[in-house]
Amino acid sequence: MLKPHISVQKLNVWYGRHHAVKDVSVDIPRKQITVIIGPSGCGKTTLFRSLNRLVELTEGVKISGKVLVDDVNIYNPKIDVTEVRKKMGMIAQTPNPLPMSIYDNVAYGPKIHGAKDGKKLDGIVRRHLQAAGLWNEVKNRLLDPASKLSSGQQQRLCLARALAVEPEIVLGDEPTSALDPVSSQRIEKVLTNLKKNYTVVVVTHILRQAMRIADYVIFFYMGELIEHGPSREVFKHPRRAKTRAYLKGVIS
Amino acid sequence: MDRRKAEETFFKWLTAICTIIVVGSALAIVVTVIIKGAPALSLSMITQTPSGGYYTGTAGGGILNAIVGSLYLAFGATALAIAISLPVALFLQRDYAMKSGFTGFVRFVLDILWGVPSIVLGMFMLTIMFFLGMRASLGAGIIVLALLELPIMIRAMDAAIRSVPDKMKEASYALGATRLETSLKVVVRQALPGLLVAILLAFGRAIGDGASIMLTSGYSDRIPTSLGDPVASLPLAIFYLSGLPYSGAKEKAYAAAFILLVIVLLVSMISRYILKKFSKYVVK
Repeated sequence: MLKPHISVQKLNVWYGRHHAVKDVSVDIPRKQITVIIGPSGCGKTTLFRSLNRLVELTEGVKISGKVLVDDVNIYNPKIDVTEVRKKMGMIAQTPNPLPMSIYDNVAYGPKIHGAKDGKKLDGIVRRHLQAAGLWNEVKNRLLDPASKLSSGQQQRLCLARALAVEPEIVLGDEPTSALDPVSSQRIEKVLTNLKKNYTVVVVTHILRQAMRIADYVIFFYMGELIEHGPSREVFKHPRRAKTRAYLKGVIS
Repeated sequence: MDRRKAEETFFKWLTAICTIIVVGSALAIVVTVIIKGAPALSLSMITQTPSGGYYTGTAGGGILNAIVGSLYLAFGATALAIAISLPVALFLQRDYAMKSGFTGFVRFVLDILWGVPSIVLGMFMLTIMFFLGMRASLGAGIIVLALLELPIMIRAMDAAIRSVPDKMKEASYALGATRLETSLKVVVRQALPGLLVAILLAFGRAIGDGASIMLTSGYSDRIPTSLGDPVASLPLAIFYLSGLPYSGAKEKAYAAAFILLVIVLLVSMISRYILKKFSKYVVK
């Protein structure tokens, strides 16, 4: 196996007194789709938000442990958090377009990281809208407000926006939970295509989705890592009783 | 009759009556001002400075000094207040002030400042002016009016900024934006309609206040040419004119009030027009 892209080591997260992520250590493989599954409120979103340090924005949060990305601990105080986040493109649970045009939504990231040349930006915007499978639908109205798009289109726009900063890792937090089945399928397809070039980490509570797209599975329950491994092993031959129960639908 | 239905009807009427009281009072004030002030309105009133007669133009001429003075004061104060309020309102976001206890304290202090009578602000400013050796002037008036505007502007901006969804800010952070970039390029854009309302509210309070500038900006029958000159203003013109025992003075006071209303109306209409242009991209 390739060297892991992300290595979580003894990670603990507390919200006030609530211990949301308990002593988690896990390696996330490079250029595969890793899916974090588990019932709602189990801490999978917290684990996920720890990967790009968005978890820090919550008031009263306390974090211990390490998250290594390419062997660099992103919680090292000397690390510039904006560089950490630039390496990772995130798609949120519900589409969250920025209050600007379709074009500017995609150009926003490259612009803050220094891209100025107009023609270059045009190319970046076009390329990433194509990668997200949205280009043909919006190419004639790039200056329209992003909020005018349908939610499925908005979610693909958010993906294009995330890809435009040229990350190495794509993070999806239940990226299809607010979408209709057709839009969900498109997003799944795009994610599957992405693993050629990116490490993809997706949180989902839709088991069938996990089975469709996962190469590697992390099962989370009550803030604890119960089981992780290649998806075939975990889905076909779960080792732990809790995993078996979850897969059968006994606990959720 | 059904009790719930009766309650429903009662509250329906209550909302209607209360709205009528508010709108009715506003209209009554405007109509009174127009009826009493219109006869005294003339072109010379808004195009000329007073030609003697104890600053107020009862001997002839107009109140251009007060009109321009009020515009200088209110726009100057609003510009100063925006420069201070926007950073404070942005700071009150959790992104900057991670401890909500402190932001609560800041909001509490602002609410107290909001309740301070404007004449007290004027007295406070006067003390500082004595200390600095300043005299009553346009500059001092701008500072005291900005002080008057701060709490209302910051609190209203704060409310507008807090209504920006966290998810939207996170989208920006996730792309590697700093807090400053997120604040200026995302939060301010999304909150723009609310920010503009905050500015309008504060502007309205500043241009209509007389007590705070009575002690600090003086009065003059000329249009000031520097921040150090004393300056006339519409609220004080109204105040002085309405107390004068000459015939026609009260009518002129009403005419001045009418001009003040028109200015507020114009500024509000222009900013609403601007708002429409700039809020195209706001996510609803």
